[in-house]
Amino acid sequence: MATIGQLDSAHLNGGQKLAVKYFIVAMVLFGAQVLFGLLAGLQYLKPDLLYEVLDFNVNRMVHINAMVVWLLYGFLGSVYWMLEDESQHEVVGLKLGNLIFWVLTSAVTVVVLVYLFVQVGPGEHSSIWLINEGREYIEAPRWADIGIVVSVLVFFYNVATTFSKGRYTGIAGVLVLDLLALFGIYLAGMFYTTNVSVDQFWWWWVIHLWVEATWEVLVACIMAYGLMKVLGVRRKIVETWLYIEVALMFGSGILGLGHHYFWIGTPEYWFTIGGLFSALEPIPLVAMVVHAIFDAGVNKIKNSNHPCMAWLIAHAFGNFFGAGVWGFMHTLPQINLYTHGTQWSASHGHLAFFGAYATIVIAIFYLTAQQWRGKVWMAGDLPGNGWKWKWALGLLNLGMVGMTVAMLISGYEQSQIERAIEGSTWGGYFMAQAHPWFIQGMWWREVFGTMFAAGYALLMWDLMTIGKNEQRPMQAAVTNA
Amino acid sequence: MATTQWWASESFWRKSAIWVTGVSLVVLILLTFDTIPQISVGSKRVPAYSAINHRIEYQYDDKRKVQIPVIGEIEPLYGNKLSEERAKDLVTKGKLTIQSKNCINCHTLLGNGAYYAPDLTKAWLDPYWGDRTSREQTMVDFIKDPSDKVHNALGRRMPRLGVTDEEARAIVAFLKWMSTIDTNGFPYNFKPMQQED
Repeated sequence: MATIGQLDSAHLNGGQKLAVKYFIVAMVLFGAQVLFGLLAGLQYLKPDLLYEVLDFNVNRMVHINAMVVWLLYGFLGSVYWMLEDESQHEVVGLKLGNLIFWVLTSAVTVVVLVYLFVQVGPGEHSSIWLINEGREYIEAPRWADIGIVVSVLVFFYNVATTFSKGRYTGIAGVLVLDLLALFGIYLAGMFYTTNVSVDQFWWWWVIHLWVEATWEVLVACIMAYGLMKVLGVRRKIVETWLYIEVALMFGSGILGLGHHYFWIGTPEYWFTIGGLFSALEPIPLVAMVVHAIFDAGVNKIKNSNHPCMAWLIAHAFGNFFGAGVWGFMHTLPQINLYTHGTQWSASHGHLAFFGAYATIVIAIFYLTAQQWRGKVWMAGDLPGNGWKWKWALGLLNLGMVGMTVAMLISGYEQSQIERAIEGSTWGGYFMAQAHPWFIQGMWWREVFGTMFAAGYALLMWDLMTIGKNEQRPMQAAVTNA
Repeated sequence: MATTQWWASESFWRKSAIWVTGVSLVVLILLTFDTIPQISVGSKRVPAYSAINHRIEYQYDDKRKVQIPVIGEIEPLYGNKLSEERAKDLVTKGKLTIQSKNCINCHTLLGNGAYYAPDLTKAWLDPYWGDRTSREQTMVDFIKDPSDKVHNALGRRMPRLGVTDEEARAIVAFLKWMSTIDTNGFPYNFKPMQQED
């Protein structure tokens, strides 16, 4: 007999038990991301730190790869989490899904160990196959790429078959097609070419069509499910909004790919296409804010899981500001000529990935904690007035905003001094990097990064303890029917 | 209960989502078919690998109002004029080394990568290498052992990555070839090394 208030797998269905495994790895990798980010940030200030031991390129790669993988694990987990509930059917092929979890996790572990202890190889194809592909964000060696493809095929089989045997909802329809696109696109990055322009052309198909199209639609599905669960919003409403999101997101995001084709050798017509469509990219993100806030308002913000709801709102705003506003600020070619490849990009990248993706995965973590403890109370009146989740929310968000603004200031300085004045030479680059304004930005980034790390530690503590020994059952979400 | 307006109905937005996605995808595919030939090696925008046999200049184009690479007179790398095939092999070795040494997680190529070290797009043309006559050797020596070259006031240095002489020469070939790509004026206002005697 499952006990309320205790972590007990009897509270979970099959898919949710698997989801929990993905979430635990995701939380560990989130920690690795923060740790290696702090190290890389510190190397800007103390360049001799771990010089020729763990150089900046290794730390930065682990920082970003840990993020990509923990978010993907968060997404996979979220989909397994909602799968049985949404389809009203047991997960088909769950044993295989479990096996693949262990295969994938072992592969990730080996890849990270090789990154850390082998680091680089000779200039041969064998290095790309076994050590490091040397292409930003998708550095995983080719053997791991193949492993990833096999794993996601199994995942896709689990999802598509379960929905087709059970209830095929609107969310299911969008999710299945989106996953197909998401994983199909990954194949576009799995080849070698000496032609750096063609290389980057297809590389952007993977990167952009992931983070500015298919990932956005995936989190829109998770958001739709989350709003139904936490606020009790009617399915018809969330699904109509989901279609609106898809239309706006793909309508702007697919051709918004053009903003990466300004400077890589591609023809000039991409200026117009990339500029126009990427300028439209914030629109669906505004729609998402309206949707979330409106639904929350209609329900007078009465909800069954306050931390989850708070993170869903953080997602709506973070996505809009990080991906939308910060992206738009430097997306037009006339400004991008000066900002491309400076700390502007880092500033945008930080707020966008956190705001759009980390937030929603954290929201699902809270949904999980609630159910895992036996659908316990997580609305108001938590012990200690819920100080842990509130402080974690505050520290993580303030830390991130602080880092973003600090890097933006360094980026402004860099685009003015290195690019506009000094003419982008190596001398101009170093002059800008040594400028007090730049260094000041890097210091503040580290300070706010430390704040972010404190928020992470508190978040983990809270997730492990929230609802512990809670005897009150979950407050039912207020239905709007 | 009032009937739902057509613009607020689920089916209207479902159809819209399908149509918008489909049309966007078709347009992207058509544009890809147009772009790929324009950035294939040997095209106007992305020259043949044997361009490394020539002097590369970076000149202001008055019509486009940006600088563009111009392939000048014969000026072979390391004094050896290479066939297209051998030039390709050398540049390929350079690109493979750049990937194997994880250069992109400090540097940027065509502006993409990390921001801890300078952009490599026009590195071949950079005044940092002194003058035209000593450039090749200076670059090779630097890549093999950059550990005593302290940059900026904070002392940032590139690490030794175990690059062999052959790999370093190949990297330089790749950088020379990359500098011939027409990047629509990126990086802007670049001040190249004097290319003429």
